[in-house]
Amino acid sequence: MLTAFYHLLLRDLRLALRSPHELANPLIFFVLVVSLFPLAVSPTPDALRQMAPGVIWVSALLSVLLSLDRLFKQDYEDGSLDQLMLSPNPLMILVLAKVFAHWLLTGLPLVLIAPLLGLFMSVPNHALPALIFSLLLGTPVLSLIGAIGVSLTVAVNRGGVLLSLIVLPLYIPILIFGANAVDVAMDGMRVSGQLLFLGAVLALALSLAPLATAVALRITAAR
Amino acid sequence: MWHWIQRFSSPKHFYVISAKLIPWFAVPTALLMIVGLYQGLFVAPPDYQQGESYRIMFVHVPAAWMSLFIYVVMAVSAGIGLIWQIKLADMVAVASAPIGASFTFLALVTGSLWGKPMWGTYWVWDARLTSELILLFLYFGYMALQSAIEDQRTADKASGLLAIVGVVNIPIIHYSVVWWNTLHQGATVTKFAKPSIDIHMLIPLLLMALAFQLFYFAVILVRTRNEVLYRERNRRWVRELIEQL
Amino acid sequence: MNWSEFFAMGGYAVYVWSSYALAFVVIVGNVVLPLMQRKKVIARIKRAIRRDAILHDNSIAR
Repeated sequence: MLTAFYHLLLRDLRLALRSPHELANPLIFFVLVVSLFPLAVSPTPDALRQMAPGVIWVSALLSVLLSLDRLFKQDYEDGSLDQLMLSPNPLMILVLAKVFAHWLLTGLPLVLIAPLLGLFMSVPNHALPALIFSLLLGTPVLSLIGAIGVSLTVAVNRGGVLLSLIVLPLYIPILIFGANAVDVAMDGMRVSGQLLFLGAVLALALSLAPLATAVALRITAAR
Repeated sequence: MWHWIQRFSSPKHFYVISAKLIPWFAVPTALLMIVGLYQGLFVAPPDYQQGESYRIMFVHVPAAWMSLFIYVVMAVSAGIGLIWQIKLADMVAVASAPIGASFTFLALVTGSLWGKPMWGTYWVWDARLTSELILLFLYFGYMALQSAIEDQRTADKASGLLAIVGVVNIPIIHYSVVWWNTLHQGATVTKFAKPSIDIHMLIPLLLMALAFQLFYFAVILVRTRNEVLYRERNRRWVRELIEQL
Repeated sequence: MNWSEFFAMGGYAVYVWSSYALAFVVIVGNVVLPLMQRKKVIARIKRAIRRDAILHDNSIAR
């Protein structure tokens, strides 16, 4: 079972690394969207600082959302998803491997580039750890919940808008606590409460979302 | 017991029984609404703080309660449909969505109409209004998924799963919104929260709530009957029934 | 209490009565729409029955 997890993870990573430009797209999107705000609102450090947590978090959320398609769409189209569902390994574990690969390829880069965006948005240095840790705990949840949404819409043609319609409301708690952690950290206060909440949601999502995704795939992707 | 459930949940049996049930919900609904409105508009005294404007409560609060209740009913019946493969449960879930969405919409608009005299503006990011708005999005997502998938069985199951995921998330969403709201308060002081409610205000509120509840049961029966007819349209019993009309 | 006072709702008439009006619309809509839907479904099934009957007759005639 673990070897299946490991092999699927490696396969997904290898496949993705074969087309690195596609890999960079969500990241570029993230940076691009964040840099639109100073242009649209105001470039003064005070204004930027005030909206920084929200802007960075909303952009991260949209960036993950746009990359979700990659999770199952290709596998659905070329038939390898059917193979996965026929495999004797629990589908949950395989789903978990795919989601983990997705997070390593999209969520983790977002976390790594976040300090740069913090700089863009004049987030003070002492709030950067909160930004990084909130994204580190929050982005896996975005991938996990997103996986449910993708698996429900995988057979729908042009399901992009539909996907955001069903996934975005479910992202709201993560957005609230993630952005608030950064906000509070900028004021120099403790953020352990917010991070603990994100951790708890992550634990919950880790245990339930793969199950829901597996059930959803059996419903929608069966041919 | 199991036999009984299977018998009742056969679409044909439901169709016959439900026809007899509808008046038992519809008539009390009408009576309760008349009495509730009378009590709410004529008997209940004006509020010492909000004057007459609080009377919006008698439609707002029941609508808000129903919006949540219907979502839970939807998720539970979707779960029953998913686990025990009972077609009727799926139909109840599908038929509930538009009713629930309309009550959510009613709760939102009346909440904002109530908010205008209280807050001085139609929209404030108050915790309850925000939760209600998110609930409306959840309903829209469910209905969008339901209509996007062509195969009926797949659509039922997929949107049913979404309803269940939604119902697990609702408490998390609600409490994070409440928490978020307490952080950003100060701009508005909500006058909705009151320690106790006068008995003359409570009675019409409960009457209206019960009326809305029974109203939902009556409407869900009618809507589910439509679903039954439509989905079983090629069955002999439906054909025979329609020919007799 | 006289009627004009009642309709004035202590100055909150606009808010109170538009709330009740919307509630009325939602409730009536929830009754009317399913009934219209029912009519449509029945009409559709009737058409199908007639169509099938014609097909059936033709096959017998032949």
